[in-house]
Amino acid sequence: MLEVKDLVVAYGKVRAVKGISFRVPQGQVVSLLGTNGAGKTTTLRTISGLLRPESGEVWFEGQRIDRVPAHKVVQLGLAHSPEGRRIFPRLSVEDNLMLGAFARKDAAGIAKDLQRVFALFEILKERRSQPAGTFSGGEQQMLAIGRAMMSRPRLLMLDEPSMGLSPLMMQKIMGTIAELQSEGVTILLVEQNAAAALELSDHAYVLEVGNITLDGTGRQLLDDDRVKRAYLGES
Amino acid sequence: MTFLDPLINGLSLGSLYALIAVGYTVVYGIVQLINFAHGEIFMVGAFGALSTWIVLGQASANLSWWMLPLMLVGGMVVGVTVAVLMERFAYRPLRHAPRLAPLITAIGISVFLQEFVRLFYGAIPGFPDAKAAVVFPQIEFFTGPAIEFGGAVIQRATFFTLGALAVSWAFLWFFVNKTKIGRAMLATSQDPDTARLMGIDVNRIITIAFAVGAALAAIAGTAHGLRYGNIDFKMGFLAGLKAFTAAVLGGIGNINGAVVGGLVLGVVESLATVYVPGQFGGAAWKDVWAFVLLIIVLVFRPQGIMGAKVVDRA
Repeated sequence: MLEVKDLVVAYGKVRAVKGISFRVPQGQVVSLLGTNGAGKTTTLRTISGLLRPESGEVWFEGQRIDRVPAHKVVQLGLAHSPEGRRIFPRLSVEDNLMLGAFARKDAAGIAKDLQRVFALFEILKERRSQPAGTFSGGEQQMLAIGRAMMSRPRLLMLDEPSMGLSPLMMQKIMGTIAELQSEGVTILLVEQNAAAALELSDHAYVLEVGNITLDGTGRQLLDDDRVKRAYLGES
Repeated sequence: MTFLDPLINGLSLGSLYALIAVGYTVVYGIVQLINFAHGEIFMVGAFGALSTWIVLGQASANLSWWMLPLMLVGGMVVGVTVAVLMERFAYRPLRHAPRLAPLITAIGISVFLQEFVRLFYGAIPGFPDAKAAVVFPQIEFFTGPAIEFGGAVIQRATFFTLGALAVSWAFLWFFVNKTKIGRAMLATSQDPDTARLMGIDVNRIITIAFAVGAALAAIAGTAHGLRYGNIDFKMGFLAGLKAFTAAVLGGIGNINGAVVGGLVLGVVESLATVYVPGQFGGAAWKDVWAFVLLIIVLVFRPQGIMGAKVVDRA
């Protein structure tokens, strides 16, 4: 569904991503793991069109998208929930969600999807008219995921959805990701919490300073000694 | 003379500032760019309105009240066109350049537009020479004898100016808060990258911001012509500077702040002219008091009257 080939992304002269290739097959959850600065966020920002690659290709459903501007990528069915949630703090919850559906014209479908998000995250419905900036981190994360869902994506990219959340809230977010997958949404997940991500993942790639150094199924990586040492905190 | 006269005069002047200030603030709110050529949009808007009258009304010396809406539309078309072209060809290529580059460009555009009008306006057949002030058509219904109202003498142009501000403000409020494009503008001003992820074409939003500001500046240009009876190629300089002051005074980036800032600035200027005694009073010092007010606000409330303190994103 999504294919990244030999992707190189640079900020000025500094290469953050140094020629990586990976695939996200339809219906699967694929994770990118790695420490800070490994190039995970850069990769997602390039796929969604916020950054232009220096070289390499990005293909989505048979179409090459590495030169497509960001506002058109989302219309192709690829949504990106960015790192740090990035909700619009001075807009209401409902306005935030409706902006997620900005490019859509089908009013009936939008209304239906809004109800679906409200069903998934009840707190959003209760506080729909409040400014989103007054929310806690976990609530903002729900809003960010809900907002990304409002474009009715076929591929959803989530950047650090568990960052800064309580364990309970993290469980809820991870549960939501599993639920989305069971509904047929393909997911590309970037996580620092490797254990939680690997539990969910059909396949995962480990990024180290701009290169993919390891990949395998979620189960394989959970059992891999190097992964255990470097990302799961086991010795 | 009562207290009411200078107050109303100040509100009228302040409405002009407010209409121009909105353009500074809307553009700044979206791209963090101070468009110092915005005063020139006010100027070309006034010339656009004058041109409309020359083309449509002059033949029959038509000064009926319904000429004014046509002149406003003509002024807005000219102002919006110039502003959109300016954004597209001067500012957009500099979007990621250091901040000094668009600032210098703005000064260049200002000089260009002033000189263009000065040198070439009169060269169009049938148009008056614009090297000095040009007479603006006085439409009886809007500029006729002043009206006495509750002890105050109110110029008719004042009603027009205040009315134009009220209507523009209401329109703007509706546009920003109740339309899809308006919400996209708010989103873009809060976080442009994330706005793009929502499917918002940020370039289009920036064009719309320039266009909205230009339309209001053109209305102000027309109102200025009615109020003073003439317009000239350099009218945009001081008016633009004052309106920028008003925008900063109210809190740059905040539309309501621009309106409040404009009105406050106009009233302070007008009252200072009348009430400051001795050698510091009178019309000669009004600009000084306007900028003294700016300095006071910047010292004690740097975010402006209505501006929120900048907080980090959650």
